[in-house]
Amino acid sequence: MFEQLYNAIFIGSIYALFAVGFALVFSVLDILNLAHPTVFMLGAFAALFAIGTMGLPWYAAIVIAFVATGLFGIVLDRIAFAPLRRRGAPPLSAMISSLAVTLIVVRLVELRYGGDFITFPRGTVPSFLLHVGDATLEGVRLAIIVLAIVLMLGLTYLVRSTSLGRDIRALAENPRAARILGVDVERAIAATFFISSGLGGLAGVLLGFAYDSVDSKMGLPLELRAFTVMVVGGMGSLPGAVLGAYLLGLGEVASLVYLPAELRDAFAFGLLFLVLIVRPSGLLGQRVVDRI
Amino acid sequence: MDEIGDFFAAYSTLIGFVGVSALLALSVWVTLYAGQLTLGNAAFMGIGAYVSALLGRHLGTPFPIALAVGALAAGATAAPLGLTVFRLRGVYLAIATLAFGEVLRVILLATPITGKGQGLNGIPPKTELWHIYLSLAVVAYVLWRVQGSTVGRAWAAIREDETAAASQGIAVRRYKLGAFVAGALVAAWAGGLSAHLTFSIEPNDFAFSKAVQILVFAVVGGIPNPLGPIFGAALLTALPELLRPLKDYRDILQGLILLLVIIYLPRGLVTVAQLRRTRRLQEIGAADVA
Repeated sequence: MFEQLYNAIFIGSIYALFAVGFALVFSVLDILNLAHPTVFMLGAFAALFAIGTMGLPWYAAIVIAFVATGLFGIVLDRIAFAPLRRRGAPPLSAMISSLAVTLIVVRLVELRYGGDFITFPRGTVPSFLLHVGDATLEGVRLAIIVLAIVLMLGLTYLVRSTSLGRDIRALAENPRAARILGVDVERAIAATFFISSGLGGLAGVLLGFAYDSVDSKMGLPLELRAFTVMVVGGMGSLPGAVLGAYLLGLGEVASLVYLPAELRDAFAFGLLFLVLIVRPSGLLGQRVVDRI
Repeated sequence: MDEIGDFFAAYSTLIGFVGVSALLALSVWVTLYAGQLTLGNAAFMGIGAYVSALLGRHLGTPFPIALAVGALAAGATAAPLGLTVFRLRGVYLAIATLAFGEVLRVILLATPITGKGQGLNGIPPKTELWHIYLSLAVVAYVLWRVQGSTVGRAWAAIREDETAAASQGIAVRRYKLGAFVAGALVAAWAGGLSAHLTFSIEPNDFAFSKAVQILVFAVVGGIPNPLGPIFGAALLTALPELLRPLKDYRDILQGLILLLVIIYLPRGLVTVAQLRRTRRLQEIGAADVA
């Protein structure tokens, strides 16, 4: 029971890191970034490249993956979203252009690394066991939980208490008013994408470390889960996304224990559907104006 | 003539798939034209495929009746679903219909009669090319006529501004539901045809990626009229096959095409051939419908 709770919090932390970035872009720019799972996968591969090819230690790989995916996020915006934004295209267009980028990037990764599961070189990824009472726990997961929480607190501080965060919030509320009031909108958008994708990429590295496995399709299961987390928490609400992520983690682990294996995914999507019907604004959903 | 015969023999499956894709693209066009971004049509396709295949297998139901029952089953599912989800708009509606598809997929995975994860194999190949293309012609013609009718104008009005449409006395809920159910019927009919074309079906054939693919057919083709989705579906279904020599780079090319179309031809490929009509749509502010 304790082990399951531990695993639930671990997977919830990964979902949360992934989903806050997804929710951030949605809350600021009203974009459902379908390339976010691809960024997750890219983070893991950036770490694999740093460790396997460049021979760097794991902590350097984490930093490199964060920066690399953050920069990728900015490029993604310039290529797939900025032209649409200038034209005032409907949200659907951004979903499709991010999907197009996903097609291209996943294939590029497969051309270099193939489509199979890859493990990190032996001994390069930290791994140790914790003994708590009679339970044996994977220590790395605890480190990941702590790191995820620290990062999310950092994000909260950044959004609430820095001038960049103020610009981002202004942009989320009303891009035109923000521009008129002297906010450097392009800089705020670039920062939003850097943070969002950097965190998404980090989630990928950390999951890759925890399972010692990386593959080109590892982002796919997170696509619909990100929707679930965001809808359950309230579209675009960052605390909501975190809450939704842990709820989803708990629910999934519980349904693994109590339901037959085929029904594992039923929890996430049943929950998603139910919340949309009963309370479309989500658990922490607020008025559109103050949703960040 | 022989060359044409050879061409059909070599590519008959592909030609069949092109027609099925076109039907699916039309099924989502109906809802998009009415301004509703729904992603449930892969699930309705799945209902049509499973129901028709199971009827044929267990009750020996004649093929056309099995197809019709499959379509009606999807329609009967779509009506209550539409009533429940149509108070949601935009991306919420898209996500809700996606979630419905995932719930259906999980049900299929857990039900013995649908073969669980293995799906159904050995479905008799009853679908002939003319079945597909006759269906396509009928559906396209009907939609073309509907577009110019009162119903079509009501859909366009709802798409442009729901509140304004309602204040003009248009029964918004009924027209939205009508579009949703019509889309489900067409998608399920296409699903039944495709199940009897491909020999086997499994739950993942009707999942998220299929839902998105159908949407992409319609949007790349263009929403201004039913020709767009047919064109988009034909291109995007045939392209991977025609690019087979470039197998490794196929997804990349497809992604690039998608990206270029969505950025530079926002109203879809069909606008290249239909510039005048589009300009008219632009004048009345109806250009970016999708």
